[in-house]
Amino acid sequence: MTITSANPEILSELDRPNSYIGKTVPRPNLERLMQGRGLYVSDMELPRMGQVVFLRSPHAHAKIIGIDAAAARRVPGVIAVVTGKELADVITPWVGVLSHLKGLKSAPQHAIAIDRVCWQGEAVAAIVATSRAVAEDAAEVVRVEYEELEAVTDMRTALDPATPVIHSALGDNLAFERNHDAGEVDAAFAGSDEVVEADFIFGRHTGVTLEPRSVVADWNVAEERLTIYQGTQAPHMVQNIAALHLGLQEQQVRVVCKDVGGSFGIKVHIYADEMATYALSKLLRRPVKFVADRVESFNTDIHARDHRCKGRIGVKRDGTITAFEIDDLTGIGPYSMYPRTSAIEANQVVNLVGGPYVMKNYRARARVVFQNKNVMCQYRAVGHPIACSVTEGLVDLAAAKIAMDPVEIRRRNLIADDGYPCTSPSGLRFELLSHHAAMNKLMAMMDYDALRAEQAALRAKKVHRGIGIASFIEVTNPSAAFYGVGGARISSQDGVAVRLDAQGSVICQTSITEQGQGSESLTAQIVGSVLGVSMERVRVILGDTDNTPYGGGTWASRGAGIGGEAALQAAKILRRNILDVAAAILQSSPAELDIAGSAIVNGSDGAPRMELRELARIVYFRPDTLPPGTQPELMATRHFVPREYPFAFTNGVQASWLEVDTDTGFVKLLRHWVVEDCGTLINPQLVDEQIRGGVVQGLGAALFEKCVYDERGQLTNANMADYLVPMSGEMPDIDVGHVVSPTSETELGAKGAGEAGTAGAAAAVANAVNDALRPLGAVITEIPLTPQVILTALGRI
Amino acid sequence: MTAPVSISLDVNGERVDALVLPRLNLADFLREQLQLTGTHVGCEHGVCGACTVRVNGEIVRSCLMLAVQAHGAAVQTIEGLSDSGEVADLQAAFRDRNALQCGFCTPGMLMAAQDLLKQEARPDRDRIREHLSGNYCRCTGYQAIIDAVETTARARGGRRV
Ligand code: FES
Ligand code: FES
Repeated sequence: MTITSANPEILSELDRPNSYIGKTVPRPNLERLMQGRGLYVSDMELPRMGQVVFLRSPHAHAKIIGIDAAAARRVPGVIAVVTGKELADVITPWVGVLSHLKGLKSAPQHAIAIDRVCWQGEAVAAIVATSRAVAEDAAEVVRVEYEELEAVTDMRTALDPATPVIHSALGDNLAFERNHDAGEVDAAFAGSDEVVEADFIFGRHTGVTLEPRSVVADWNVAEERLTIYQGTQAPHMVQNIAALHLGLQEQQVRVVCKDVGGSFGIKVHIYADEMATYALSKLLRRPVKFVADRVESFNTDIHARDHRCKGRIGVKRDGTITAFEIDDLTGIGPYSMYPRTSAIEANQVVNLVGGPYVMKNYRARARVVFQNKNVMCQYRAVGHPIACSVTEGLVDLAAAKIAMDPVEIRRRNLIADDGYPCTSPSGLRFELLSHHAAMNKLMAMMDYDALRAEQAALRAKKVHRGIGIASFIEVTNPSAAFYGVGGARISSQDGVAVRLDAQGSVICQTSITEQGQGSESLTAQIVGSVLGVSMERVRVILGDTDNTPYGGGTWASRGAGIGGEAALQAAKILRRNILDVAAAILQSSPAELDIAGSAIVNGSDGAPRMELRELARIVYFRPDTLPPGTQPELMATRHFVPREYPFAFTNGVQASWLEVDTDTGFVKLLRHWVVEDCGTLINPQLVDEQIRGGVVQGLGAALFEKCVYDERGQLTNANMADYLVPMSGEMPDIDVGHVVSPTSETELGAKGAGEAGTAGAAAAVANAVNDALRPLGAVITEIPLTPQVILTALGRI
Repeated sequence: MTAPVSISLDVNGERVDALVLPRLNLADFLREQLQLTGTHVGCEHGVCGACTVRVNGEIVRSCLMLAVQAHGAAVQTIEGLSDSGEVADLQAAFRDRNALQCGFCTPGMLMAAQDLLKQEARPDRDRIREHLSGNYCRCTGYQAIIDAVETTARARGGRRV
């Protein structure tokens, strides 16, 4: 690990003696999860709780002519059958647009469809019963009469005049378009020695969180308060939206987020069926639980990607990249998802293409169209895998065209490590990246030259192995520029409150959430380090809008960089407050004192002066003994959001080493390497495991995962047996290395790491497959790289 | 719907008598009737492994077995294995290696891993990957899990020598 420390002589808050920052320590919540004693929302039971099952449309596009629920209402155990029209009395519809994405449009969406269904899986009625099994039985006897309408499925023809318009009031099926033109693109292409073009195709896939989406909504009519237990990444956002559409004040809604069985962006949205569950609880005046089953998850959890992107690159014979041009088309289903909108990904693709390279000429068009398929929206590494695959795929094709090594062409074009701050052709501002250091580190880790030699030797024996390289940039620590400026009430700032309790332990409430990333651990590590107490004595409370400061939650790799900095700043204030009281008690000055090992010590020689426990005892139980005028405040709160740079960009590079069986089309992953730079590492093991998990999600997209729709908009593989994901047997070992360039925007210096793995993995694999197949003359620019795709490219089928 | 059937079984060493509908699966019986929520349900069709429990010494997917089929059987869940200390070393290895993130797959993973370690003293990494290849984990990328199981195998192997 390369750690660049500005001035090692001065100890900062981060490297005080016994600091936990930069150390691998176990997460505090693991024991509970390992013993099966966690509490996931799907585990929750409340008195009088009903279970809801949604009756879902079998058609991708249809008018609802009538619903006959009489027989279902008579099934013993059924509490209610509720249609969209009835529910609309309790909850208002919404439109998923943001004002800063100019021209973005969408239609009003209801919690349960009223007159028309727009995708296979949209709910048309809710059946609430004493058990899920009874509700399912009853759902079977609800009669719905549909008039099927023509379904718009192919995004390539969605804008054709002959294609029906899904929402006639919108005029056409174009949800959003962005055009970007920088530099002298035409002149740059004209002046290039070579211009290479390719059509990139990205399959639609989804998150498959192991625990499906789950909600328990509990309207207490006596208190006039709604408590929502939900596995969500953004509790305050849920609070705001639920209140808004149910006609409540925010203080009438409490969102509690217990253990969450996987998120990855799937659980950062608010789904129509979740809104319906809140509303049902209010309507029926009792707790209602919704747990999606796996088929529902495939049909209604947001899908992701599904892009077709034409890309063009110009290059000089010496390897200089002269220009990039892209034309991206993506289909988002029938509605822009609320409240984050489904246009962010295409926007991000425009932002990120060409990002790692010095290049001024860039033209991009992105079009986002409606379809009668499940809604598509933000999933881990929003837009990154598309941008990275297109950019890095084109760079490799250009390198092949001028017969240059793929590493060499990158070295000649990556932004120099001393070239910062700088601005990308799409207008992104980079504070400090480390592309070259990362590439150098990667080369050493993978022993590139030896692998190339091995590849050549095996090629002679008709073994087709390939090496793929992918450099990437990653958006983390988003400020209000992501959503706030567009009018969405999604907080970009996070807050942390820290207090010393009466026995000298520390309670810490944070607005970031935990879904396994280690938010609880990193918060305890930071607070423990700054306060000089052991992590075991820091208790972290999160995921409860009644009991945490207001904030954004955990998404877009913002937990450590934003929530961590708030924790650091809050702990510093508390530390100062503690030392002020200690000085008063000990008749010393705060400057002469320090805290270490849960005790007040002399700053000079570290000699113990007083246990924190004793200080707390005096403050809480014998304040009468304090000197007059002393006002101890053993609680402190700080909020934080980056202000100078709207995002903390990070960077990295991945490499894949794999073998293609040209007879079967199977790809065997042999090894994978990642070097990334997330600034300060708070807990290296947690960072590495975030990255590994992210890589494997990217590998899934590269090789297996695809939501397969037929032309009538039917999802044909909506179960875990037919939808393939990576399993342990197919995954390689993944080596992770770091370069450390802390952001100077915060004292902590942490940037995010959650997207990095997913951002570049598919691009590395695709490049490796093409590298393996190059002698055979095949080029593939489509994922997932299924045997069928590979054998087709090889002309075998 | 058919009438409830009475069953008796041993769950984590305790005798349980219950009335269950014939269609109730073992996973739902454990979770809903006995409130042993450590057994998780990820797919309900035998693919993800999150619901893995032990019945008469063999691991099974409790979503694919009916509760009535467990009549007279001895069932062990993650709660039982944790309390008896049987998997304490495996859990410690998972903790040290951060071999879980959201933890939803973890009970099933521990069950499956323990099953392998009971059968084989020194499984290599490929063998571990193979044995766990019926258990989804969407968070970790598996490597940390493989490491933790390998470490445990070594330590147990060492103890035996
Ligand atoms: S829930 Fe039983 S295998 Fe998935
Ligand atoms: S830790 Fe989340 S599924 Fe394995």
